Order: sequence, then C-alpha cells, then structure tokens
Amino acid sequence: MSDLAISIQNISKVYRIDPTTGGAASRTLQEDLVNFAKNPLRRTTSSKKQEIWALNDVSFDVHEGEVIGLIGRNGAGKSTLLKILSRITEPTHGFADIFGRVGSLLEVGTGFHTELTGRENIYLSGAILGMRKAEIDRKFDQIVEFSGVSKFIETPVKRYSSGMAVRLAFAVAAHLDPEILLVDEVLAVGDASFQKKSLGKMSEVAESGRTVIFVSHNMGAIKNLCTRAVLLDGGKALVDGDVDHVVQEYLITASEKGEWHTEIADREDRQGSGALRFTGFQLRGSNGSTVEAAVAGEAVEFVLQFQCNSEKIQNASIMIWLRDAFTKGLLRLGTELTAQSFNELPQEGKIICRVPRFSLRPGRYFIDLGADIDGVKADRVIRAVTLDVVGGDFYGSGKVPLHPNDGDLLCEHSWRLG
Amino acid sequence: MSSALRNISHLTAARLRDRIHTQIQNEKILHVKKKIDKGSSKKISWHVRIQRSRGWSGLSLRELWSFRDLFWILAMRDVKLRYKQTALGVTWVILQPILTSGIFAVIFGVLAKLPSDDSPYLLFAFAGTLPWTLFAQSLQRAGSSLVSGREMISKVYFPRLILPISSSISVLVDFLVGLVSISVLFLIYKVPLTWNLLAIPGLVFVNLLIAIGVSFWISAFSVHYRDFIYALPFLIQAWMYASPVAYASSIVPDQWMALYSLNPMVGIIEGFRWALLGQGEFSWISFGISLAAGLVVFALGALVFRRVERGFADVI
Ligand SMILES: Nc1ncnc2c1ncn2[C@@H]1O[C@H](COP(=O)(O)OP(=O)(O)OP(=O)(O)O)[C@@H](O)[C@H]1O
Ligand SMILES: [Mg+2]
Repeated sequence: MSDLAISIQNISKVYRIDPTTGGAASRTLQEDLVNFAKNPLRRTTSSKKQEIWALNDVSFDVHEGEVIGLIGRNGAGKSTLLKILSRITEPTHGFADIFGRVGSLLEVGTGFHTELTGRENIYLSGAILGMRKAEIDRKFDQIVEFSGVSKFIETPVKRYSSGMAVRLAFAVAAHLDPEILLVDEVLAVGDASFQKKSLGKMSEVAESGRTVIFVSHNMGAIKNLCTRAVLLDGGKALVDGDVDHVVQEYLITASEKGEWHTEIADREDRQGSGALRFTGFQLRGSNGSTVEAAVAGEAVEFVLQFQCNSEKIQNASIMIWLRDAFTKGLLRLGTELTAQSFNELPQEGKIICRVPRFSLRPGRYFIDLGADIDGVKADRVIRAVTLDVVGGDFYGSGKVPLHPNDGDLLCEHSWRLG
Repeated sequence: MSSALRNISHLTAARLRDRIHTQIQNEKILHVKKKIDKGSSKKISWHVRIQRSRGWSGLSLRELWSFRDLFWILAMRDVKLRYKQTALGVTWVILQPILTSGIFAVIFGVLAKLPSDDSPYLLFAFAGTLPWTLFAQSLQRAGSSLVSGREMISKVYFPRLILPISSSISVLVDFLVGLVSISVLFLIYKVPLTWNLLAIPGLVFVNLLIAIGVSFWISAFSVHYRDFIYALPFLIQAWMYASPVAYASSIVPDQWMALYSLNPMVGIIEGFRWALLGQGEFSWISFGISLAAGLVVFALGALVFRRVERGFADVI
C-alpha cells in the first residue's frame, strides 16, 4: 500500500442559516442596532437559526497516486468537502491530514476580471491560486498555447466568448502542478474539443502519480478517470469502493428521489401570449416514479404542469428542446412531430411526454419548453430545468461512449459483414 | 426483562464499536506519525492538519510571505481598473485633491479667514488633503475589498489579509501620483525645498500602518454587516473634520487639545505640513502618538481579522 495523501477523519460541517433573513448568514447593522435598542439585555437571534449538516461524520483515506471520484446528488456535500480540504472553510467537527501541496479547481474563472486583458488575468488568477510570478512567467507560453486563445491574449476578457474565458481559466489552473488536485465539476464547460483536452490533461495528471479527487455528475468521465469512487448522500459517505460498483449504487439512489420543479412558474423572462403557461416540471423513470436523473437506454417521462388563462383551449401543441451547455439543440420533441395536438385543455393539468428509450449520453443538459395555441406562441421558457443523464446500459453491452468528442447522441445500431 | 437484556447487548455493541473505532484511529495516527517522520527525508513538501481552529491565531507571516507576489498583482489590478474605467483616468487622481483643496481654500481661507500658518491656503490645504486622501481612500477601498472579492474568497484559499492590504497599496500608487502634482504647485508658489522632505517616507509608512490597521476592522465588520459599508463614508467624513485637513490645529481650543491629539491622524497631517511646507516644528509627541496608535490598531486589527476570517467563506 502506498503512502497516505489525505486522511479524512469524522469530518462534519454545519452551516447555520437564518430563515428570517432569507437564508443569508450575514446580518445588517441596522437590524442588530434596532434589536439591541428594543431589548438591550438579550443576545439577538441565534434561536431562529437553522442548522444544515452539509457533511455528517465523513471519513476516508486517499493514498498517493489514487484518483478518486466523488459523486452524489445536488446538495450531497461534495463541494463542501472539497472546500474543507482546500482550506476555504473549516470543518465543524473532525479533522483531515493532508500531505503535499494542494491545488484546487473549485470553479474556473476565479478572480478573472473582464476589464483586464487575457495576459493580465493569467497573472492575477495564477497568483491567487498560489503561483509565484516567476513560475507564471515560466509557464506563460504553455498556458496560452493550451488555452488556444493566443490571438486574443492582449484583448480585454470582456471581448471573449464565455467559452474562451473558461478555456483560459482552466489553462491557468491546469498548470498549477500540485501534488494533490481537487477538481469540482469544471470540465462540464467548454466545447467538445476543449473538454477532450481538459480530460486529457486530467488523466495526464492522474498518470503522473498525483493524487486527484474529482467531483462530477458525468458518470462517463468518472468511470474513465477514476479507479475508486465515494458516494456522498445527505452529507454522509454512503459507499466507498470500486468505481463501477459505486456508480451503480449512485444510479439506484439517484433514480429514487425526484421533485417538482415549480420554479418555472415564477420565471419572468418568458415569451408568448400566456394563454397557456408552464408551471412545473417533473421527471419520471421507467416505472412511473419520480426520478432525479434520466438513465440512458431506459424509459423516461417528462411531466409538464400547466395552467390555462383562457377558456376552451383548442389545438395546443407542446414542444421540448434538449440542449447542451452551449445551447446547441440536440433533440426536439413535439406534438406536431408525432402529429398530435391537445384540445379542450382543463384550467390546470399535466401533459406527459414519454420517451421509451432515452438516447443521450450521460451528462448535464438543459430543457427549453414551448407551447403554441393554434399556431400562436403561447409560452416559451428557455433553460426551464437542467436534465442530468446518468449512464445506463443503452446498447445492452454495458458500454457507452465516454469521450466528450464522441458526441452526445446514442443510437441503436448493429454490424454485419456484407 | 427482555428489554433490559436488549439494552445491555445494545450497550456492549456500541462500546465495541467505539473501541474498534478508537483502535482504527490510533492506527491511523500512528501511520500519520510514521509518515511525518519519513516525510523529512522524502519529497513530501508539507503536512497540514485541517481542523476547526479555536481561540486566537497568529498572523502566519510565513504564509503571507509565500503569497508576496499576490499583494502586488492585486494592487496593480486595482490601479489599472481604476485608471481604465474612469474617463479621466490619471487626470482625475491628480485633479481630485487639488479641487478638494481649492474648495477648502475658498471656504476656510477666503470666507472664514482661518489662519494657515503663513502659507498660501491652497498649498496649506493641499498638504493636508494629500495624506488624508491616502487614509480615507484606503479605508473606503479596503473596507469593501472583502465583499467585492467574494468570488475569490469562496472559491480559493489564500490569506484573506491580502485583500485589505493590497487595496491600501493600490491607493498608495494614487498618492505617489498626487505627490508629483504637488511639485507643480511648489513651482507655481515658488516654495523652497527643504531637508524636511526626507521625513515623507516615514510619515507615509505610519499613515499606511494606521490606514491598514483600521481597514482590518472595517473589512471584517463589513462581511458580517453588509450595510456597514453605507455608514462608512459618514464615519470617514466625521473623522476628517476631527483632523486638521482643512484647518490648522492651532485653532482648536486649548481645553480640547489633549483629546484632539489622541486622533492619530493629527500627528500625520501636521507632520506632512512640516515636511512639505517646511514651517513650524516637528512634534515628536504627536508623531509618537500616531506611531503607537498605528501599531496597536494594526496588531489588534490583524488579530481580530484572523479570528473572524474563518467564517468569511460561509457568510459572504
Ligand atoms: N455557505 C453556505 N451556507 C449555508 N448552506 C450552505 C452553504 N454552502 C452549502 N450549503 C448547503 O450545504 C449542502 C451541501 O452543499 P454542496 O454545495 O456541498 O453540495 P454538492 O454536493 O456540491 O451539490 P451540487 O451537486 O449541486 O454541486 C446544501 O444543502 C447546501 O444548501
Ligand atoms: Mg457542488
């Protein structure tokens, strides 16, 4: 067994939020002064505060050279754990021992300032990540070359496309050369060729014997890069072990809990007459129960909750667009495509779209919703919800294309000698 | 009876689990120790234990030192942004103290006919405005430095003290530009140059010491109380009128003088007048008060800052 790189022992993290201030933990002076004036003897608040156990007694060891995937649902505590390990925040209980220089990539673009040029931002971001100026000087050319934005290096970053800024930021962080690398979901951005490059860089880092903890919702990338994985759920380390096993466990737990996305109802930035409005979204799995993520190769149902603002709606057509992070359309599902339409819709109700075999590669996608009444635009909600797709067994062979460059679509096919 | 039995077996199970747990922990600690021992000879560059810190912690100057480039890069970022974003850029930095002093000269010199210790009032006011601007701008910028750097604070670890310090350094650059502009006034008014000018670096140092010290308090405060930043300009203004920026401290009534000179900016501003205009006497007592106050405010401020910085990332 090789040497320890990280030893996490019974770490818990409690966040206190104050529901009366809309969750913000910081307060206003005015409020405290007023409270003090009303009742100078009692210490203000603290009774109203809620506790959130973002991490609850998590322990595991990471050995030198190991590449560990950290997976779990939204809010499971993955980012919190990485923040503790990179010393951004302190644990409430427990401790961790870290052997070696830590570099963390919790979010790209940290410290980027849009008024400054690419060159200036490289120095700024490098120094914030802990590089000395001489070190940045030395790696400057490599960084620029890796980012692929060399032509724009003297241009203010505000003239960059968002993809270019991300590439530059990742390039800086990727050249940090730490002994231990903590990466939180940064590879989900950038175009396909850049994702490929970043994943390549990540596996280079892993192969060079450095220790990596990698957080992602992309099970493909996790399986590709990691040998071991830890599943966090509700702040606890639920399963720890071989990556295939842990990912399988995750898929089971992930498909159990899903919720209504009712935030759609409050979206103001929508288009259309409003004769019909979407008010909620829910994802259902093959057996009709609500799920949090779709499984590639299995049935999935999109449940759209709606509200009608006029009587007797006739000839309603509904559409769903699935897009990648760059708003590139991947799929369109629509009643007009299946030559259907809805008549006499009730004031409130649900419309369900069933896809018998879901055919997108594991990853994160975005859903736009649309409704037309009699050919007139009634409602459009762009990026209504995010859709996580987790790996399933689409081809019945246990294999899925993992490389970002392999495209996002899965398609049934067979081979023969002709 | 049976429930009692269950309780006992439950208890022993828990105890057993505890024992196994501590055993595992001990082994781990041993392992860690072995590793640390070996570490000295091997390539491990360092070991940190991450846990909740309690009580007061020191400044960790070693760590600050390892981030020394960041001070400068952040300060230069602030300077560049300021000069890029305002239409007038550098001109504004030069004009602002001159305009302010002009207003003081008209109101206090021409209208109120306050004494200016024999110098042209404009020059007199300028010699006070220059160090004051350094102080006030540091407070203003450093005070908001944590809140405006919240992106960084919640995504990267670096010594948080760097943020207020580097904002103050960036204001120092403005101050140096301001010094250039005063030399133009010197030429116009034909002020003789004196050896007193050599005291300026020392005065600037103490001025910054006080400014950064106060900024530690203000910035720490402003993370926990978001609305504090709105009260800050009023505090700074009140402080200005309690300092001899626009008037000479000789007009302060004698019975108030003792209290008045507890303000550490009094010694600094008077010192600047002495150094730039070459008149009066240098008051070592005032300077001593400023230096002592600066050291105390800085040291305590840094300690308080270090104490509350642990919660910054969660709250900000
Ligand atoms: N600064 C904070 N103040 C209060 N609560 C917080 C704070 N940061 C995180 N939390 C809470 O802690 C829990 C864990 O959050 P965390 O960001 O670690 O989840 P995650 O696993 O990274 O999720 P995701 O997959 O969405 O990135 C959540 O319930 C979150 O609301
Ligand atoms: Mg996260």
